[in-house]
Amino acid sequence: MAAFIGFLENLGGRVTSAIHRLGFASRFLLLTLQNSGMSFRRFSLVVREIYFAGVLSLIIILVSGLFVGMVLGLQGYDTLVRYGSSSALGVLVALSLVRELGPVVAGLLFASRAGSAITAEIGLMKATEQLAAMEMMAVDPIARVVAPRFWAGVISMPLLAALFSAMGVFGGYLVGVRVIGVDEGSFWSQMQAAVDFREDILNGVIKSVVFGVAVTWIAVFEGYDAPPTAEGVSGATTRTVVTSSLSILALDFMLTAFMFRGT
Amino acid sequence: MVIRKALDLWVGVFVAIGLGALLFLALKVGNLTTFSSAGTYLVAANFDNIGGLKKRAPVKSAGVVVGRVEDIVFDTEQYEATVTLALEKRYEFPKDTSAKILTAGLLGEQYIGLAAGGDSAKLKNGDRIKITQSAVVLENLISQFLFNKAAEGNKDIK
Repeated sequence: MAAFIGFLENLGGRVTSAIHRLGFASRFLLLTLQNSGMSFRRFSLVVREIYFAGVLSLIIILVSGLFVGMVLGLQGYDTLVRYGSSSALGVLVALSLVRELGPVVAGLLFASRAGSAITAEIGLMKATEQLAAMEMMAVDPIARVVAPRFWAGVISMPLLAALFSAMGVFGGYLVGVRVIGVDEGSFWSQMQAAVDFREDILNGVIKSVVFGVAVTWIAVFEGYDAPPTAEGVSGATTRTVVTSSLSILALDFMLTAFMFRGT
Repeated sequence: MVIRKALDLWVGVFVAIGLGALLFLALKVGNLTTFSSAGTYLVAANFDNIGGLKKRAPVKSAGVVVGRVEDIVFDTEQYEATVTLALEKRYEFPKDTSAKILTAGLLGEQYIGLAAGGDSAKLKNGDRIKITQSAVVLENLISQFLFNKAAEGNKDIK
Protein backbone atom coordinates (compact mmCIF):
# COMPACT_ATOMS: atom_id res chain seq x y z
CA MET A 1 0.00 0.00 0.00
CA ALA A 2 2.76 2.37 1.02
CA ALA A 3 4.62 1.48 -2.16
CA PHE A 4 1.53 2.28 -4.20
CA ILE A 5 1.11 5.66 -2.51
CA GLY A 6 4.78 6.31 -3.08
CA PHE A 7 4.30 5.47 -6.77
CA LEU A 8 1.33 7.85 -7.01
CA GLU A 9 3.28 10.61 -5.29
CA ASN A 10 6.18 10.05 -7.65
CA LEU A 11 3.88 10.16 -10.69
CA GLY A 12 2.11 13.30 -9.50
CA GLY A 13 5.44 14.95 -8.73
CA ARG A 14 6.69 14.22 -12.22
CA VAL A 15 3.56 15.64 -13.84
CA THR A 16 3.53 18.82 -11.76
CA SER A 17 7.25 19.40 -12.28
CA ALA A 18 6.79 18.95 -16.05
CA ILE A 19 3.99 21.52 -15.99
CA HIS A 20 6.17 23.83 -13.86
CA ARG A 21 8.96 23.54 -16.42
CA LEU A 22 6.56 24.21 -19.29
CA GLY A 23 5.30 27.32 -17.54
CA PHE A 24 8.84 28.53 -16.86
CA ALA A 25 9.83 27.79 -20.45
CA SER A 26 6.91 29.86 -21.77
CA ARG A 27 7.77 32.73 -19.42
CA PHE A 28 11.39 32.39 -20.53
CA LEU A 29 10.40 32.68 -24.21
CA LEU A 30 8.37 35.79 -23.43
CA LEU A 31 11.30 37.23 -21.48
CA THR A 32 13.65 36.48 -24.39
CA LEU A 33 11.35 38.22 -26.85
CA GLN A 34 10.99 41.22 -24.54
CA ASN A 35 14.76 41.50 -24.14
CA SER A 36 15.69 41.06 -27.79
CA GLY A 37 15.91 44.79 -28.47
CA MET A 38 19.64 44.71 -27.79
CA SER A 39 20.16 41.88 -30.32
CA PHE A 40 18.92 44.14 -33.08
CA ARG A 41 20.61 47.31 -31.90
CA ARG A 42 23.91 45.46 -31.66
CA PHE A 43 23.36 43.10 -34.56
CA SER A 44 27.00 41.97 -34.51
CA LEU A 45 26.06 39.84 -31.48
CA VAL A 46 23.56 37.94 -33.64
CA VAL A 47 25.98 37.75 -36.56
CA ARG A 48 28.52 36.04 -34.31
CA GLU A 49 25.93 33.45 -33.27
CA ILE A 50 24.76 32.94 -36.86
CA TYR A 51 28.36 31.99 -37.58
CA PHE A 52 28.34 29.32 -34.89
CA ALA A 53 24.79 28.05 -35.48
CA GLY A 54 24.47 28.48 -39.22
CA VAL A 55 27.82 28.65 -40.98
CA LEU A 56 29.33 25.78 -39.03
CA SER A 57 26.24 23.63 -39.78
CA LEU A 58 26.65 24.22 -43.51
CA ILE A 59 28.83 21.19 -44.24
CA ILE A 60 26.58 18.64 -42.56
CA ILE A 61 23.45 20.18 -44.10
CA LEU A 62 24.86 20.34 -47.63
CA VAL A 63 26.34 16.83 -47.57
CA SER A 64 23.28 15.18 -46.08
CA GLY A 65 20.99 17.11 -48.45
CA LEU A 66 22.98 15.85 -51.41
CA PHE A 67 22.84 12.25 -50.21
CA VAL A 68 19.16 12.36 -49.30
CA GLY A 69 18.41 13.71 -52.78
CA MET A 70 20.51 11.04 -54.45
CA VAL A 71 18.79 8.28 -52.46
CA LEU A 72 15.40 9.77 -53.36
CA GLY A 73 16.45 9.74 -57.01
CA LEU A 74 17.46 6.08 -56.90
CA GLN A 75 14.50 4.82 -54.89
CA GLY A 76 11.98 7.03 -56.65
CA TYR A 77 13.18 5.86 -60.06
CA ASP A 78 12.99 2.24 -58.96
CA THR A 79 9.32 2.62 -58.02
CA LEU A 80 8.22 5.01 -60.75
CA VAL A 81 9.68 2.96 -63.59
CA ARG A 82 7.27 0.15 -62.73
CA TYR A 83 4.39 2.45 -63.63
CA GLY A 84 6.15 3.75 -66.68
CA SER A 85 6.27 7.27 -65.28
CA SER A 86 9.95 7.72 -64.59
CA SER A 87 9.72 11.22 -66.05
CA ALA A 88 7.84 12.21 -62.89
CA LEU A 89 11.03 11.64 -60.89
CA GLY A 90 11.67 15.37 -60.62
CA VAL A 91 8.23 15.93 -59.13
CA LEU A 92 8.75 13.19 -56.56
CA VAL A 93 12.19 14.43 -55.52
CA ALA A 94 11.25 18.12 -55.41
CA LEU A 95 7.92 17.76 -53.63
CA SER A 96 9.16 15.38 -50.96
CA LEU A 97 12.17 17.61 -50.29
CA VAL A 98 10.45 20.99 -50.35
CA ARG A 99 7.40 19.94 -48.38
CA GLU A 100 8.76 17.51 -45.82
CA LEU A 101 12.32 16.29 -45.88
CA GLY A 102 13.99 19.67 -46.28
CA PRO A 103 12.52 21.35 -43.19
CA VAL A 104 12.32 18.18 -41.07
CA VAL A 105 15.73 16.62 -41.71
CA ALA A 106 17.46 20.01 -41.69
CA GLY A 107 15.65 20.70 -38.39
CA LEU A 108 16.79 17.41 -36.89
CA LEU A 109 20.38 18.01 -38.00
CA PHE A 110 20.22 21.60 -36.75
CA ALA A 111 18.96 20.39 -33.37
CA SER A 112 21.81 17.94 -32.95
CA ARG A 113 24.50 20.15 -34.47
CA ALA A 114 23.64 23.64 -33.24
CA GLY A 115 20.98 23.14 -30.56
CA SER A 116 23.19 20.89 -28.45
CA ALA A 117 26.07 23.36 -28.77
CA ILE A 118 23.88 26.26 -27.63
CA THR A 119 22.66 24.30 -24.61
CA ALA A 120 26.14 23.18 -23.65
CA GLU A 121 27.52 26.71 -24.00
CA ILE A 122 24.83 28.41 -21.94
CA GLY A 123 24.81 25.58 -19.41
CA LEU A 124 28.56 25.83 -18.95
CA MET A 125 28.34 29.62 -18.65
CA LYS A 126 25.84 29.05 -15.87
CA ALA A 127 27.95 26.34 -14.20
CA THR A 128 31.03 28.57 -14.21
CA GLU A 129 28.90 31.44 -12.90
CA GLN A 130 29.53 33.67 -15.89
CA LEU A 131 25.82 34.45 -16.06
CA ALA A 132 25.81 35.44 -12.39
CA ALA A 133 28.86 37.61 -13.01
CA MET A 134 27.07 39.40 -15.85
CA GLU A 135 24.14 40.12 -13.56
CA MET A 136 26.59 41.56 -11.03
CA MET A 137 27.80 43.94 -13.72
CA ALA A 138 24.20 44.92 -14.46
CA VAL A 139 24.27 43.14 -17.84
CA ASP A 140 21.11 41.16 -18.40
CA PRO A 141 22.26 37.64 -19.43
CA ILE A 142 19.00 37.06 -21.27
CA ALA A 143 19.52 40.12 -23.45
CA ARG A 144 23.28 39.57 -23.85
CA VAL A 145 23.55 35.75 -24.12
CA VAL A 146 20.16 34.15 -24.73
CA ALA A 147 18.38 36.49 -27.15
CA PRO A 148 21.20 36.71 -29.79
CA ARG A 149 21.45 32.91 -29.88
CA PHE A 150 17.69 32.59 -30.17
CA TRP A 151 17.47 35.01 -33.10
CA ALA A 152 20.51 33.50 -34.79
CA GLY A 153 18.78 30.10 -34.73
CA VAL A 154 15.52 31.53 -36.04
CA ILE A 155 17.36 33.25 -38.91
CA SER A 156 19.66 30.33 -39.76
CA MET A 157 17.11 27.53 -39.81
CA PRO A 158 15.05 28.58 -42.90
CA LEU A 159 18.26 29.26 -44.84
CA LEU A 160 19.65 25.85 -43.91
CA ALA A 161 16.38 24.13 -44.86
CA ALA A 162 16.32 25.91 -48.23
CA LEU A 163 19.93 24.88 -48.83
CA PHE A 164 19.10 21.31 -47.88
CA SER A 165 16.19 21.20 -50.34
CA ALA A 166 18.22 22.80 -53.12
CA MET A 167 21.11 20.38 -52.58
CA GLY A 168 18.62 17.50 -52.49
CA VAL A 169 17.07 18.51 -55.80
CA PHE A 170 20.57 18.77 -57.23
CA GLY A 171 21.41 15.29 -55.88
CA GLY A 172 18.22 13.88 -57.39
CA TYR A 173 19.15 15.54 -60.69
CA LEU A 174 22.65 14.05 -60.57
CA VAL A 175 21.42 10.51 -60.01
CA GLY A 176 18.21 10.71 -62.03
CA VAL A 177 19.41 12.57 -65.11
CA ARG A 178 23.18 12.19 -65.17
CA VAL A 179 23.51 8.58 -63.95
CA ILE A 180 20.24 6.82 -64.74
CA GLY A 181 19.35 8.88 -67.78
CA VAL A 182 15.87 10.25 -67.16
CA ASP A 183 15.07 12.89 -69.77
CA GLU A 184 16.40 16.21 -68.52
CA GLY A 185 13.65 18.33 -70.03
CA SER A 186 10.79 16.37 -68.52
CA PHE A 187 12.63 16.15 -65.19
CA TRP A 188 12.64 19.96 -64.81
CA SER A 189 9.43 20.82 -66.62
CA GLN A 190 7.25 18.31 -64.75
CA MET A 191 8.83 19.53 -61.53
CA GLN A 192 8.05 23.14 -62.36
CA ALA A 193 4.50 22.28 -63.34
CA ALA A 194 3.83 20.39 -60.11
CA VAL A 195 5.63 22.51 -57.49
CA ASP A 196 3.65 25.58 -56.55
CA PHE A 197 5.46 28.54 -55.04
CA ARG A 198 2.87 29.46 -52.42
CA GLU A 199 1.48 26.01 -51.71
CA ASP A 200 4.74 24.07 -51.50
CA ILE A 201 7.80 26.30 -51.19
CA LEU A 202 6.34 28.98 -48.95
CA ASN A 203 4.74 26.38 -46.70
CA GLY A 204 8.10 24.63 -46.45
CA VAL A 205 9.74 27.92 -45.43
CA ILE A 206 7.02 28.51 -42.82
CA LYS A 207 7.67 25.02 -41.45
CA SER A 208 11.39 25.66 -41.17
CA VAL A 209 10.82 28.97 -39.37
CA VAL A 210 8.55 27.22 -36.86
CA PHE A 211 11.14 24.47 -36.35
CA GLY A 212 13.85 27.09 -35.93
CA VAL A 213 11.87 28.81 -33.17
CA ALA A 214 11.10 25.48 -31.47
CA VAL A 215 14.66 24.12 -31.59
CA THR A 216 16.42 27.27 -30.41
CA TRP A 217 13.80 27.96 -27.77
CA ILE A 218 14.31 24.46 -26.34
CA ALA A 219 18.09 24.78 -26.64
CA VAL A 220 18.43 28.12 -24.86
CA PHE A 221 15.89 27.12 -22.22
CA GLU A 222 17.56 23.80 -21.43
CA GLY A 223 20.90 25.58 -21.18
CA TYR A 224 19.55 28.30 -18.91
CA ASP A 225 17.66 25.80 -16.77
CA ALA A 226 20.50 23.25 -16.53
CA PRO A 227 21.70 22.30 -13.06
CA PRO A 228 25.12 23.99 -12.72
CA THR A 229 27.11 20.77 -12.62
CA ALA A 230 28.95 18.69 -15.21
CA GLU A 231 26.21 16.07 -15.04
CA GLY A 232 23.50 18.70 -15.25
CA VAL A 233 24.94 20.23 -18.41
CA SER A 234 25.39 16.86 -20.13
CA GLY A 235 21.82 15.86 -19.18
CA ALA A 236 20.47 19.17 -20.49
CA THR A 237 22.32 18.71 -23.79
CA THR A 238 20.82 15.26 -24.25
CA ARG A 239 17.37 16.58 -23.36
CA THR A 240 17.72 19.36 -25.94
CA VAL A 241 18.36 16.90 -28.75
CA VAL A 242 15.60 14.48 -27.67
CA THR A 243 12.95 17.10 -26.93
CA SER A 244 13.59 19.21 -29.99
CA SER A 245 13.67 16.18 -32.32
CA LEU A 246 10.36 14.95 -30.95
CA SER A 247 8.79 18.39 -31.10
CA ILE A 248 9.97 18.85 -34.71
CA LEU A 249 8.22 15.62 -35.70
CA ALA A 250 5.05 16.45 -33.75
CA LEU A 251 4.94 20.03 -35.05
CA ASP A 252 5.53 18.75 -38.57
CA PHE A 253 2.49 16.52 -38.33
CA MET A 254 0.34 19.40 -37.08
CA LEU A 255 1.58 21.85 -39.70
CA THR A 256 1.15 19.30 -42.49
CA ALA A 257 -2.41 18.59 -41.32
CA PHE A 258 -3.13 22.33 -41.57
CA MET A 259 -1.29 23.04 -44.81
CA PHE A 260 -1.83 20.04 -47.06
CA ARG A 261 -5.29 18.78 -46.27
CA GLY A 262 -6.00 18.65 -49.97
CA THR A 263 -8.72 20.58 -51.72
CA MET B 1 39.14 42.93 -35.50
CA VAL B 2 40.57 40.59 -38.14
CA ILE B 3 38.55 37.70 -36.69
CA ARG B 4 35.48 39.91 -36.66
CA LYS B 5 35.89 40.64 -40.38
CA ALA B 6 36.40 36.98 -41.32
CA LEU B 7 33.32 36.09 -39.29
CA ASP B 8 31.20 38.73 -41.00
CA LEU B 9 32.39 37.48 -44.35
CA TRP B 10 31.40 33.90 -43.59
CA VAL B 11 28.00 34.92 -42.26
CA GLY B 12 27.50 37.06 -45.35
CA VAL B 13 28.39 34.13 -47.59
CA PHE B 14 26.04 31.88 -45.61
CA VAL B 15 23.09 34.26 -45.86
CA ALA B 16 23.78 34.89 -49.55
CA ILE B 17 23.88 31.23 -50.54
CA GLY B 18 20.84 30.54 -48.31
CA LEU B 19 18.84 33.19 -50.14
CA GLY B 20 20.30 31.86 -53.39
CA ALA B 21 18.94 28.42 -52.55
CA LEU B 22 15.51 29.93 -51.89
CA LEU B 23 15.66 31.72 -55.21
CA PHE B 24 16.67 28.47 -56.91
CA LEU B 25 13.69 26.73 -55.32
CA ALA B 26 11.34 29.51 -56.36
CA LEU B 27 12.53 29.88 -59.94
CA LYS B 28 13.93 26.54 -61.02
CA VAL B 29 11.96 24.08 -58.87
CA GLY B 30 8.74 26.06 -58.50
CA ASN B 31 6.76 27.80 -61.19
CA LEU B 32 7.03 31.39 -60.08
CA THR B 33 8.30 32.55 -63.46
CA THR B 34 5.87 30.72 -65.70
CA PHE B 35 2.67 31.93 -64.15
CA SER B 36 1.85 35.11 -62.33
CA SER B 37 -1.40 35.72 -60.51
CA ALA B 38 -1.61 39.22 -62.00
CA GLY B 39 -3.07 39.70 -65.45
CA THR B 40 -5.80 37.09 -65.55
CA TYR B 41 -9.47 37.23 -66.42
CA LEU B 42 -12.18 34.97 -65.02
CA VAL B 43 -14.47 32.84 -67.15
CA ALA B 44 -17.14 30.46 -65.83
CA ALA B 45 -18.16 27.10 -67.26
CA ASN B 46 -20.85 24.64 -66.17
CA PHE B 47 -20.23 20.92 -66.23
CA ASP B 48 -22.59 18.00 -65.52
CA ASN B 49 -19.75 16.16 -63.89
CA ILE B 50 -16.25 17.35 -63.13
CA GLY B 51 -14.86 13.95 -62.16
CA GLY B 52 -11.68 14.46 -60.15
CA LEU B 53 -10.93 18.04 -61.23
CA LYS B 54 -9.29 20.07 -58.50
CA LYS B 55 -8.65 23.73 -57.79
CA ARG B 56 -5.45 25.03 -59.40
CA ALA B 57 -5.59 22.34 -62.08
CA PRO B 58 -4.15 23.59 -65.37
CA VAL B 59 -6.28 24.92 -68.21
CA LYS B 60 -4.68 24.02 -71.53
CA SER B 61 -5.32 24.91 -75.10
CA ALA B 62 -3.45 22.99 -77.79
CA GLY B 63 -1.39 21.55 -74.93
CA VAL B 64 -0.15 24.93 -73.69
CA VAL B 65 -1.06 26.01 -70.16
CA VAL B 66 -3.16 29.16 -70.54
CA GLY B 67 -4.61 29.40 -67.05
CA ARG B 68 -5.67 27.65 -63.87
CA VAL B 69 -8.91 26.47 -62.28
CA GLU B 70 -9.72 29.22 -59.80
CA ASP B 71 -12.78 27.85 -58.04
CA ILE B 72 -15.25 24.96 -58.18
CA VAL B 73 -18.73 25.31 -56.67
CA PHE B 74 -21.98 23.36 -56.91
CA ASP B 75 -24.79 25.29 -58.58
CA THR B 76 -27.92 24.54 -56.55
CA GLU B 77 -30.30 25.86 -59.25
CA GLN B 78 -29.17 23.75 -62.17
CA TYR B 79 -27.56 20.97 -60.09
CA GLU B 80 -24.34 21.31 -62.01
CA ALA B 81 -20.77 22.16 -61.14
CA THR B 82 -19.71 25.72 -61.89
CA VAL B 83 -15.98 25.95 -62.55
CA THR B 84 -14.29 29.35 -62.61
CA LEU B 85 -11.23 29.53 -64.84
CA ALA B 86 -8.52 32.17 -64.47
CA LEU B 87 -7.06 32.66 -67.95
CA GLU B 88 -3.99 34.75 -68.69
CA LYS B 89 -4.75 38.13 -70.23
CA ARG B 90 -2.38 37.63 -73.14
CA TYR B 91 -4.42 34.62 -74.34
CA GLU B 92 -7.75 35.67 -75.81
CA PHE B 93 -10.38 33.17 -76.88
CA PRO B 94 -13.46 33.48 -79.13
CA LYS B 95 -16.89 33.59 -77.51
CA ASP B 96 -17.85 30.13 -78.80
CA THR B 97 -14.82 28.37 -77.30
CA SER B 98 -15.64 24.94 -75.88
CA ALA B 99 -14.26 23.43 -72.68
CA LYS B 100 -13.62 19.74 -72.01
CA ILE B 101 -12.41 17.98 -68.91
CA LEU B 102 -9.54 15.73 -69.97
CA THR B 103 -7.15 13.38 -68.22
CA ALA B 104 -3.39 13.47 -68.64
CA GLY B 105 -2.48 9.85 -69.32
CA LEU B 106 -4.52 6.92 -68.08
CA LEU B 107 -4.22 7.70 -64.37
CA GLY B 108 -2.92 11.24 -64.55
CA GLU B 109 -4.38 14.45 -63.17
CA GLN B 110 -7.42 16.01 -64.78
CA TYR B 111 -7.24 19.32 -66.57
CA ILE B 112 -9.47 21.50 -68.71
CA GLY B 113 -8.87 21.63 -72.42
CA LEU B 114 -10.10 24.65 -74.37
CA ALA B 115 -10.83 24.39 -78.09
CA ALA B 116 -11.20 27.76 -79.81
CA GLY B 117 -14.28 28.41 -81.96
CA GLY B 118 -14.73 30.76 -84.91
CA ASP B 119 -16.54 33.71 -83.36
CA SER B 120 -14.91 37.10 -83.84
CA ALA B 121 -16.05 38.38 -80.42
CA LYS B 122 -13.65 37.49 -77.62
CA LEU B 123 -14.35 36.08 -74.14
CA LYS B 124 -14.29 38.79 -71.48
CA ASN B 125 -14.01 38.78 -67.70
CA GLY B 126 -17.18 37.25 -66.22
CA ASP B 127 -18.30 35.52 -69.42
CA ARG B 128 -19.58 31.96 -69.50
CA ILE B 129 -18.37 29.16 -71.76
CA LYS B 130 -21.54 27.59 -73.17
CA ILE B 131 -20.25 24.45 -74.85
CA THR B 132 -18.80 22.05 -72.31
CA GLN B 133 -18.06 18.38 -72.12
CA SER B 134 -17.93 16.59 -68.79
CA ALA B 135 -15.25 14.34 -67.44
CA VAL B 136 -15.32 10.75 -68.57
CA VAL B 137 -16.30 8.68 -65.55
CA LEU B 138 -14.73 5.26 -65.88
CA GLU B 139 -17.62 3.47 -64.13
CA ASN B 140 -20.17 4.89 -66.60
CA LEU B 141 -17.97 3.89 -69.49
CA ILE B 142 -17.64 0.33 -68.19
CA SER B 143 -21.35 -0.03 -67.49
CA GLN B 144 -22.16 1.30 -70.97
CA PHE B 145 -19.80 -1.22 -72.45
CA LEU B 146 -21.35 -4.04 -70.39
CA PHE B 147 -24.90 -3.08 -71.39
CA ASN B 148 -23.87 -2.98 -75.04
CA LYS B 149 -22.28 -6.40 -74.70
CA ALA B 150 -25.40 -7.71 -72.97
CA ALA B 151 -27.60 -6.29 -75.74
CA GLU B 152 -25.41 -7.95 -78.39
CA GLY B 153 -25.58 -11.24 -76.45
CA ASN B 154 -29.43 -11.09 -76.49
CA LYS B 155 -29.37 -10.55 -80.24
CA ASP B 156 -27.23 -13.62 -80.74
CA ILE B 157 -29.64 -15.80 -78.75
CA LYS B 158 -32.55 -14.66 -80.91
